[in-house]
Amino acid sequence: MSAIIVVDDLVKSFKEIKAVDHISFSVNKGEIFGFLGPNGAGKSTTIKMLTTLLVPDRGKILMNGFDPLTEPDKVRQTFGIVFQDPSIDEELTAWENMELHGVLYHIPKKVRRRRIEQLLKIVELWDRRNDPAKRFSSGMKRRLEISRGLLHHPAILFLDEPTLGLDPQTRNLIWGHIKQLNQTERVTVFFTTHYMEEAERVAGRIAIIDHGRIIALGAPGELKAATNASSLEDAFINFTGRNIRAEEVSNLDQLRRRVRLFRR
Amino acid sequence: MKTIYILWIRQLKRYYRSKPRIIGSLGQPVLFLVALGFGFGPIYQKAGGGDYIQFLAPGIICMSILFTSVFSGIEIIWDRQFGFLKETLVAPVSRFHIMIGRTLGGASVATLQGVIVFSISLLAGFKPYLIALPLALFIMVLIAVIFTALGTAIASLMEDMHGFQLIMNFLIMPLFFLSGALFPLDGLPRAIEIASRANPLSYGVDGLRFALINVCHFSLAFDLTFMLLAALIFLGLGSYLFSRIQI
Repeated sequence: MSAIIVVDDLVKSFKEIKAVDHISFSVNKGEIFGFLGPNGAGKSTTIKMLTTLLVPDRGKILMNGFDPLTEPDKVRQTFGIVFQDPSIDEELTAWENMELHGVLYHIPKKVRRRRIEQLLKIVELWDRRNDPAKRFSSGMKRRLEISRGLLHHPAILFLDEPTLGLDPQTRNLIWGHIKQLNQTERVTVFFTTHYMEEAERVAGRIAIIDHGRIIALGAPGELKAATNASSLEDAFINFTGRNIRAEEVSNLDQLRRRVRLFRR
Repeated sequence: MKTIYILWIRQLKRYYRSKPRIIGSLGQPVLFLVALGFGFGPIYQKAGGGDYIQFLAPGIICMSILFTSVFSGIEIIWDRQFGFLKETLVAPVSRFHIMIGRTLGGASVATLQGVIVFSISLLAGFKPYLIALPLALFIMVLIAVIFTALGTAIASLMEDMHGFQLIMNFLIMPLFFLSGALFPLDGLPRAIEIASRANPLSYGVDGLRFALINVCHFSLAFDLTFMLLAALIFLGLGSYLFSRIQI
């Protein structure tokens, strides 16, 4: 199997804190890859570096063969992302959000129209396409974001806690869509979550990151076997310990958190 | 080009859809026009200045453009909090195009607002010369571009809305009060004169007055030159700071 994401000896520090501390791993084409870790372990920092939003201190990244440092636009064209926080324009309709994305990713008009229709039908939002996104429930917004992330036929789809704060029904529905799209679109899925049972169910392989280092990597079954755990949650706790992590929170993060709470 | 266009259209749609915002932002200029216009009118007349509404209306139009455009620029903070900014920053388009699209969008909205206030001022008794209307519109666009770009530059440095009051009271209000929008710039104390000469809005107000009522403190050529320069500088500064935003 060929690797679509290659990370080699990646390092990123903020002032004194080593957020990402010499990590290396690779993700295979077409797999669903879980990236797990406690709060503040370095997940988001890693994703930001993979998606061109942050520049690493050292190390090498290859995304579908492109280096984010030297060819950021090629890398950007190659992935889709659903951020932890909503990133749709709520004043615009579902259709307009998709349309805007399509233009930003240089998709020709005809293809764009067809593709938007196809994706909105898959995530069951086609009938609501002309409603402003602010009238959507959080599950619907998430579905819209997932379909938007796939609009430009990315090779890789990043999902940063795609089911955070959603009820079990919606979470099931969303993972159903993701698995379906992984099959039909042959898109590689790279996700993070704090719901271990979800990760166990959907991920082909899982990496566990803690204190900026990857401490375990393998299929859910392998991780459980390595720690003699009956569930992935137990395995996760065996790997990372029981301590609650103190997370450095910036102003911006605090605000985002408030916005998130407020939206629920 | 298409990036610029789609982000421009987005600003217009957002403006058009938020009716409360349109009405809300018209309240202040109307109040100023009516309260100051009719309140100071008699004194201004007695002092030999002529019809105060004639003098005031171009200033109030500039004020509404100033406020709307700085707000539009600062909307970036909003987009940052509500996440939309990230969507544009991970897209395979240059940040310069994103910034230009947003700025043109914000500037269009501000110009529109200026045109609305202009129409309202006609109702309040403002009687402009209509020959130079295209010139007036051009000056309004210039003012809008300058201050949207300034708003963008400021917003790129701010993480959240906490500093907003600061900007309102220490930047926007002084820009407005020291622009000659409310009073003539003749015979001012030295310090205030210097401040108003360094203020790009002064030249906007002056240029607009020239276009609409044929009264000019500086000269049209000077007004236009100064504003074009300011527009270039602020656009440059805005796009530089915007390109450095980290999420």
